[in-house]
Amino acid sequence: MNLMANLLPAAAEIFLLVMVCFILIFDLLLKKSKIYTYLLVQFTLLGCSLITVGTHERGVFYAFNGMFVDDLLSDVLKMLSYLGMSMVLVYSRQYLLLRGLFTGEFLVLALFALLGMNVMISANHFLTLYLGLELLSLSLYAMVALQRDSAIATEAAMKYFVLGALASGLLLYGMSMLYGATGSLELGAISNAIHQGVQNKALLAFGLVFIVSGLAFKLGVVPFHMWVPDVYHGAPTAMTLLIGSVPKLAAFAFVVRILVEGLQGLSNDWTGMLIVLAIASMALGNLSAIAQTNIKRMFAYSTITHMGFMLLGLISGGIEGYGSAMFYTVVYMIMSLGGFGMIMMLSRAGFEADTLNDFKGLNQRSPWLAFMMMLLMLSMAGIPPTVGFYAKFSVLNAIVQAGYTWLAVIAVLFSLIGAFYYLRIIKLMYFDAPESHVPIVVESDTGLLMTINGLGVLFLGLMPGTLMSICAVSVRQSLLLH
Amino acid sequence: MIFGLPVISVAIWLPILFGILVLATGDDKNAPLARLLALGGSVLGFAVTLPLYTEFNTSTSSMQFVELHDWISRFNIHYYLGVDGISMLFILLNSFFTVIVVIAGWRVIEKRVSQYMAAFLVMSGIVNGVFAALDAILFYVFWEAMLIPMFIIIGVWGGPNRIYATMKFFLYTLLGSLLMLVALIYLYNITGGSFSILDFHKVAIPMTAQILIFIAFFFAFAVKVPMFPVHTWLPDAHVEAPTGGSVVLAAIMLKVGAYGFLRFSMPITPDASHKLAGVMIALSLIAIVYIGLVALMQSDMKKLVAYSSISHMGFVTLGLFIFNAYGMEGALLQMLSHGFVAGALFLCIGVLYDRMHSRKIADYGGVVNRMPVFAAFFMLFAMANSGLPGTSAFVGEFMVLMGAIKVNFWYAFAAASTLIFGAAYTLWMYKRVIFGKVVNHHVEELTDINAREILIMAILAVFVLGMGIYPLPVGEILHASVNDLLVHVAQSKLPL
Repeated sequence: MNLMANLLPAAAEIFLLVMVCFILIFDLLLKKSKIYTYLLVQFTLLGCSLITVGTHERGVFYAFNGMFVDDLLSDVLKMLSYLGMSMVLVYSRQYLLLRGLFTGEFLVLALFALLGMNVMISANHFLTLYLGLELLSLSLYAMVALQRDSAIATEAAMKYFVLGALASGLLLYGMSMLYGATGSLELGAISNAIHQGVQNKALLAFGLVFIVSGLAFKLGVVPFHMWVPDVYHGAPTAMTLLIGSVPKLAAFAFVVRILVEGLQGLSNDWTGMLIVLAIASMALGNLSAIAQTNIKRMFAYSTITHMGFMLLGLISGGIEGYGSAMFYTVVYMIMSLGGFGMIMMLSRAGFEADTLNDFKGLNQRSPWLAFMMMLLMLSMAGIPPTVGFYAKFSVLNAIVQAGYTWLAVIAVLFSLIGAFYYLRIIKLMYFDAPESHVPIVVESDTGLLMTINGLGVLFLGLMPGTLMSICAVSVRQSLLLH
Repeated sequence: MIFGLPVISVAIWLPILFGILVLATGDDKNAPLARLLALGGSVLGFAVTLPLYTEFNTSTSSMQFVELHDWISRFNIHYYLGVDGISMLFILLNSFFTVIVVIAGWRVIEKRVSQYMAAFLVMSGIVNGVFAALDAILFYVFWEAMLIPMFIIIGVWGGPNRIYATMKFFLYTLLGSLLMLVALIYLYNITGGSFSILDFHKVAIPMTAQILIFIAFFFAFAVKVPMFPVHTWLPDAHVEAPTGGSVVLAAIMLKVGAYGFLRFSMPITPDASHKLAGVMIALSLIAIVYIGLVALMQSDMKKLVAYSSISHMGFVTLGLFIFNAYGMEGALLQMLSHGFVAGALFLCIGVLYDRMHSRKIADYGGVVNRMPVFAAFFMLFAMANSGLPGTSAFVGEFMVLMGAIKVNFWYAFAAASTLIFGAAYTLWMYKRVIFGKVVNHHVEELTDINAREILIMAILAVFVLGMGIYPLPVGEILHASVNDLLVHVAQSKLPL
């Protein structure tokens, strides 16, 4: 009985791990085509989501002596991660096939990354958090380096690895200090210890600084953002898509678990730090994105901006704030999936559509894709009636409610700058003449997914209520019960 | 509800639906079908707004044809529509001009016809939404969405410098809108969680907050009006936009800004409005006098009319911020009249441009010798633009002047200078373009306007003259709402 109580909350993760091991062997037996492996992976994602839904119960459950937590927040984020990962694989299949990268290793690494994310999302203990983070990061490092003959990809992988390791080091150092100050690694216990008062305040403060720096590294916010543009640019686009989309959900969970569940008592201290990070990210991200000619690099700077904006939600605090930050992250994932997916759809064998000029005259080459891209760009710029507007709106609402109206004004002024470079893409697609007239070959599955993705951004913009409520409810049920 | 249909919703969504249908006709092989569908959609779109006029109750100032449904319950945002005397006429004006624009672009637009027509239809629906929305977020959604079709219209079918113009247009207006968004969210929080504009009208706000909110709204609305000194996007946008784009910009888009002042700034922040009225009046007078002089110096016809629009809109903002019934009704009449007159002038310039591909005044001369019918229509609209009695423009300008003289003689004195400058720049342009000897062989080869163009001109001429000679039906609709607004604005909303 006790065993079941421990295993049931982690059933999806266990299933995932078993399937990864099975796929690893199964793939060895397949000679050429990886399509069966691919289908099996998609099936695994489906299975995971069924298990996550099936084992969901109202309330918060701890397993493995408080190392692992199963609550609504984690279930919702996991479901979205499966969905996001599934979309990543659909978008990247053709792209990777043409480059000879559609291998069993890629698929297995993707699932390992997903497992890492799941563990991060459900972690309730510094060790579990770290374990999940490293599982995710190591898989991603390897995926970036998968294109062995590309110097730029290898360089990106190297940078990613070195800076990622540095960030992990900072985090670990911070965690050890918090352990020293509070005597525990479990988030709940740390929270209690802080509320009851800690002897060594200096140690706590130092620990917090290291933790926040480590988190900032992983989120890619200024001034810990240097790896983001290089990795986004250098990695094969399919890997960029993976790095830039789904892990943001896990990163959100990671930050919320540590800062809100563990270090709520220090929120006065970390709020100030996050304000600096958020403003710096919005400023530098937006201004640098204007100067980019490579669209992957531009998206990298735009990610920095978006993460800065998401931090505003955390700064505001409360259900409103965390709920809006979660909504923002989810919306960001949907938009970035579409954005990078589009780059891959325009690419073909031996050609990367990764400069801004490749988008010139897209409306004449393929009006439908241009329209989808326009919706995605408008959404990223936060212009209604797309869902990006509501993401910005809910964060702004939270921040005004928390009394930081001046911060809201700064945020909207920077998003005005942001609007410029998203509009520039629309301008290129609609107003300029195409540079090449090579027909765009769209596979039926990616084409359908892009349609769903683009229209989804519009539909969610017309009817954003449900997704907003899901985010708010999952935050409310999960974070305030303890 | 008329015949069981929610009139306003139909007025918003029908054109958008037709826009999507037109878009679905695809590339230029199906252009005739796209044109017909667009015409059908726009005429139908105009027809469905007529019940708003015929069934309108002029004795009340409360909202009519109200539709209220839950939309985003988490933030208490509703799908909340309704019209009063202030907004109803603009919905009609907008739907009417959509028909005109579709007809005006019939032969002129040759590339990507379906996208052109679809953009105008979609925009028509969205603008109706702006005028009818009673929920602040719904309003904001329509307000921003309005930019997208216009951005594309100018950018795709515009003149040589269109990219610069359309980017400037978009970013200028977005700046104002974003500040307004923060103000709306702030209001949401102090009303205790309501986005209803009517609730915003009631809530008490301290002076400092009122002034900040007023400034945020000012950026949003003054850019759209446009008021001096944030007017610089308009001449660029007008010059580069295709004829249809210019017409919609002048006739509809500029009105949205003034409407915003009426619906948001004045009733929500009455104390700040009074306190800052001096600034607003000063900016309006600068627009009237200084921009009038600037218009005198233009060598490009479209630019001239664009500057004349800014100058005329100065009359509107002057009328609003002198806070009396003459001024406000005059301002509203001026808005409607300017819609017809400026729209007609841009169409006239479009007629010339289609034939000569030049907007330079210097390239013309003696056009009357080749286009007598056109010259007659152009004369009427030029006279209206200079405020001749008997045309619609006179009524509005006269009422604003009456209102202004009650407040301060010198306001009226400065504003009245427009009667001279307006006549000077409009008629001087008219003289140089139409009269004189035929200056070159291009003018020699001109052909007079065809039946389609005569139809458009004649309809507009009827409205310009009709409103000038017998403005009562329009005035009646305004009375109740304007009086109510004035009473509202006179009450302080400072917390006790």
